[in-house]
Order: sequence, then structure tokens, then C-alpha cells
Amino acid sequence: MSGSRISQKFSACAAENRPALAAYFMGGDPDYQTSLDIMKAMPAAGADIIELGMPFSDPMADGPAIQAAGLRALKGGQTLIKTLAMAKSFRETDQTTPIVLMGYYNPIYIHGVERFVADAADAGIDGLIIVDLPAEEDDELCLPAQTAGISFIRLITPTTDDRRMPTVLRNTSGFVYYVTMTGITGATLGNADSVGDAVKRIKTYTDLPVVVGFGIKTADNAAAAGKHADGVAVGTALVNAVGDSLKHGKATDATPKDILTLTSSLAEGCKRARV
Amino acid sequence: MASHGINSLRNGPDEQGRFGNFGGRFVAETLMPLILDLEQAYRDAQNDPEYGAELGDLHTHYVGRPSPLYHARQMSDELGGAQIYFKREDLNHTGSHKINNCLGQILLAKRMGKTRIIAETGAGQHGVAAATVCARFGLPCTVFMGATDVERQMPNVLRMKMLGAEVRPVTAGAGTLKDAMNEALRDWVTNVDTTYYLIGTAAGPHPYPEMVRDFQSVIGNELREQIVEMTGRLPDALVACIGGGSNAIGTFHPFLDDADVKIYGAEAGGYGLDVEDGHAASMTGGRPGVLHGNRTYLLQNEDGQILEGHSISAGLDYPGVGPEHSFLRDSGRVTYVPITDKEALDAFQACTKLEGIIPALESAHGLAQLMKLAPDMGKDQTIVLCLSGRGDKDVESVGKALGMNLK
Repeated sequence: MSGSRISQKFSACAAENRPALAAYFMGGDPDYQTSLDIMKAMPAAGADIIELGMPFSDPMADGPAIQAAGLRALKGGQTLIKTLAMAKSFRETDQTTPIVLMGYYNPIYIHGVERFVADAADAGIDGLIIVDLPAEEDDELCLPAQTAGISFIRLITPTTDDRRMPTVLRNTSGFVYYVTMTGITGATLGNADSVGDAVKRIKTYTDLPVVVGFGIKTADNAAAAGKHADGVAVGTALVNAVGDSLKHGKATDATPKDILTLTSSLAEGCKRARV
Repeated sequence: MASHGINSLRNGPDEQGRFGNFGGRFVAETLMPLILDLEQAYRDAQNDPEYGAELGDLHTHYVGRPSPLYHARQMSDELGGAQIYFKREDLNHTGSHKINNCLGQILLAKRMGKTRIIAETGAGQHGVAAATVCARFGLPCTVFMGATDVERQMPNVLRMKMLGAEVRPVTAGAGTLKDAMNEALRDWVTNVDTTYYLIGTAAGPHPYPEMVRDFQSVIGNELREQIVEMTGRLPDALVACIGGGSNAIGTFHPFLDDADVKIYGAEAGGYGLDVEDGHAASMTGGRPGVLHGNRTYLLQNEDGQILEGHSISAGLDYPGVGPEHSFLRDSGRVTYVPITDKEALDAFQACTKLEGIIPALESAHGLAQLMKLAPDMGKDQTIVLCLSGRGDKDVESVGKALGMNLK
């Protein structure tokens, strides 16, 4: 079942004594076919978990890189339906790599929550990270998704204090995503030691794996952040690799190559995180 | 947490910040603790007589409240129907109703120990009001403004700068109010410890829609007393323009349970509702969705991507609307209608020539709706417009639209 794809992956990485690499890219950036090619090549390049971005016109929690990627994807004709189709196509040849959809609520709400949950399950989606659905809005999508066997992964931030932690974790499943700083995606990494402390604090509240994200750009960053965490998430750096490879907004030979090279390098960082 | 009758339309929002199905708290986790703190601070302030007294004193001596209720006799005679009244929010300090909300919120920010204020602005009226209260209370202020709006509202940009605010032009998207709000939210999520986000309209995550409505309800509460004093009874109809809808909700709210008072909201019809992405009428030309922290009527495509919208008025050029308006629309209590750019321009000129009052283009949308209603009403009936702001900022863009020689 889908929920177990996530836990099996974390178990496998733990057995290798390394953090999992959760690699984010924007679905449909810069076009559907290039993006699907990238997705299909990601696991071999070292991505343990695929975070598939769903473009939205108004990404309020994202920095310039992911904003631009979303606009490129929308311009290339990407829609929620196409993002789900990408996942389904990927799933035909890969039964083990977890796919986590990441984005904002409105396109899902407009698609229809019930229909979305059914379509996502059908496409082999394992988890959802929906930035603008805090625990206070769990009835909207979190609970219907979990009923359908799709994990609802929530962000914990430095502003999530002890008072609030149980509320945030109440209906979280799959893994916990610790955002290492307040701010938007693409900012620089904070102190690696304080990350370790934060992960320890979260682990006193939950047995779920903890993935750290925000500000991880290089293999060395991944190695440092992954020392104390069950996984590291990389987004902006990978999205920039796509953005920098384009010519006049179109994919080039470098487009799949550059993002996959960076993925391999980040995976190498994960492998030496605890050595 | 109003407690009116069980069937009252004034009871919202509930504890989840919902007005019926609308409203809510659709924000990133980083912001959740902040908006919960804000709600608590607001409840504390509501129960603190000193807070109310300070706000009341500022209303009287700083803003110039109560704003007059003016009987527009020339326009009443010209249209030959109802007696027309203007609630003169344009006479407030800073030239619009926006100051009412800014004062309420800056006192809250002070109570919460915040040391930096951010705001978004469309026409610049809210930006000016925010910069004004920041100057008055000695807090640094950053105003996010779409680059397109910076161009078309230059006088307000200069005012903000003179008041000491930093104006940050936002080039993302079409460079209008929605993009400015995205950028303000990005700043807030980054600077959570120090920064207070002074939202300018009755929208955004709970408790903003409720809070801003309460601060703007001074309009409707004064109006209620004034019209009874002048005419001996409640008005037959109320009209206000709707962008996010803060002047409108402040005008309407005290009258929602008075079934005999008809209420109309004028949305920005732009080039007309039949022109794709050519208007900003979210309630008459959009459908419910989730943006900027709340569920409300939005302009969007079939994939749930938000459209930019268009209006000649920078203050109405927003693809959403405050959630309480969405609730009032679906409940049928308030009638929302689109007013085109052209109708608003005609009303702008009529008001200027007949009454010697230059209205903001935003308010001119409300006036255009009033001018459609008044002729069919009896001479003994009354209709009130919330004249939400003055039009000095618009003379250049109106001059251009009318083809006047500006050299």
C-alpha cells in the first residue's frame, strides 16, 4: 500500500545508516515531457523520495526560484490533471519510490477534494504536503486523504513551540518535514547543530521519520543536515538547475543532465552524512 | 464573537474563523502561532477599556470623526428620485476610510510588542494610512505595492515615502494588489518575531476579516445615528464599493439585521463581465476558492489558478473579496453588482460637477450603482453611499481616460 512505500524507504535508508534524499522539482517545468523524463531518471540518480511540485499562480511561501519554476510550468500548459498523469506514468515502471505531491490547496479544492483523493490514489501518490493547510483545517483534505491511504505530511517550523507541537502532529503521517528556518524556500541554511537539537525535540513527540529542509543546496549541506535527521529535502537548488539550463525558456540537453548530476551529488552527500 | 439573536446575520465568524463556509485560516504553519497570538491580543484589547478609549480619542482628534453625513441635494434633484446621502469618509485624515483600520491595528501591534510594520497596498490609500500611523507611533514601515500600481498611483507613493515608509515595488505577476499581498506574506513568514502585518482589507486569515470589519464598523454605527437624527428613520438603501470590501462591510454590518434596509455592493466590472480576465468582479464573475488565508469568491481558471483581473481603479483590482461578503452574497442579504470602468468614470464626473466633491474611483463604482437605483425610488426615500475616499490621487488617470490634455 502507498503508506508503506514511505516507511519501507526510510527503513531501507536507515539500514544503510544514511538519511533519505527527498528531491523536489516542479511538475511540468519547463514542459511535460522533459519533466517526466527527469522524474523517471531521479531514482537512479539517487533520489529516495520524489517531491513532485504542483504549480500554483500564487505560491505565497516560496522564494523567487520556485515561483519562477511554477510560472514556467503553467506557461508550458501544466495543470493538476497533468501532474497526476505524470505520477501515474512514473508509477508504471517504478513501484517502490514514494511520490509526495507538494503545493497549495486551491487547485485541489477546484478539482474537488473527493475526486482529487481518488485520482491521487489511482496515480500511486503516497503523500501530500499542502503548504496552506495547517492542522486547524484538517477536515478539508488531511482526513479524507488519510482515509484513502495517502499520508499527510506536515511542516514543523521554528515557530512551532511545545504548546503547538501536539496539534501539528495529531494527524501527521508518513514523515515530518522540519523547516529549519522561518521564511520562504530558497533561503540559506542555518546552524547545523541547532537543526540537530530541533530534530531531537521533535522526536520526543513522534516516532515518525524527520526530514529537514530549507537551505540545503550542496552535497556538504546535505551531509551536515542529514547527520541527525532521517532525511534531507532539497528543492530550490534542483529547481535552479533546471532554470539555469534553459535557453529562451525551452529545455536543452543540459536540462535533464544538470538536475540529475546535482541529485547524484546530493545523494553522495547523504551517504557520507554519518561517516 | 458578537452575540446577536440566533438568526442574526451578524454572528460570524465562528471559532474557526468561518462565516458559513467562507473564511478560515489557510496559512503556512510558520504563521499559525502568530495569527493565534493575534487573535488572543485582539480579544484582550476588546475587553480593555483603555484600548477603546485611546482609539476613540484618536478618532476624534486625529482622524476628525465622526465623518459627516452629507445630503447631496443637487444630485438628488438631478436624478429625481430618492434623497441621496454621502457618508464622507473622504474627509478623514489621509483621505479615506483606511485610517480607521490602521489605527485599530497599530494600537494592537504596540500592545503585542512588535517593532516593524508591513502592509500591502493597491491604490495606495491603505499604504498611506499605514505609513501615517507608523509615523505617528514611531514604527518602521515597509509597504509592498505592485509595480503597475506604483506607476498609476505616483502621488500616493510620494506621500508614503515622505511619511518615512519604504515602498517596495513588486514585479511578480501583473504587479498589482494580489502580487503585493503575496510578497507581504513572504516577508511576514520570514520576519515573524518582529513584524506585524497590517492587512488593509477585511480579508486574509482569521482574525483579520473580523478585526478589520470591527474597526470599519465605526462607519455604519455613526451613519445609523446620523441618518436617524437627520431623517427620523433608517435609510431605505445602502451602497458601497467592494474591492476586498472593508468600507462596505463597515458600512453594512450594523444594518444586516434591519431587513427593510436594502444593501448593495458594487464590484469592479472593468471592461465588462463578458471580457475574459477583463474585470475584478469576484462575486458576480468568479467562484469560491482558497487564497491569501481564506476561502472566498475568487477569479480563477478551471485549474484553480488565480487570474489577475482588471479595473480602472487600483483599489478594486483584486481577484478576491473578504469572506464575509461571500457569505452575505450566498445568504442573499446583500446584492452585489458589477460596475464597469465607464460607468464609474461617468459617476466620478457627475459627483464632481454636481456636488463639488471629487470621489475616489473606487467610491465612484458605488456611486454609479446608486445612480442606477435612485431614480426608481420615491422622493421620500433615502439612499446612502459610503463615499470611501477622495479622488485627488485619481485625477491624472481619469484625465487620461477622458482624453484631457495633461500638458
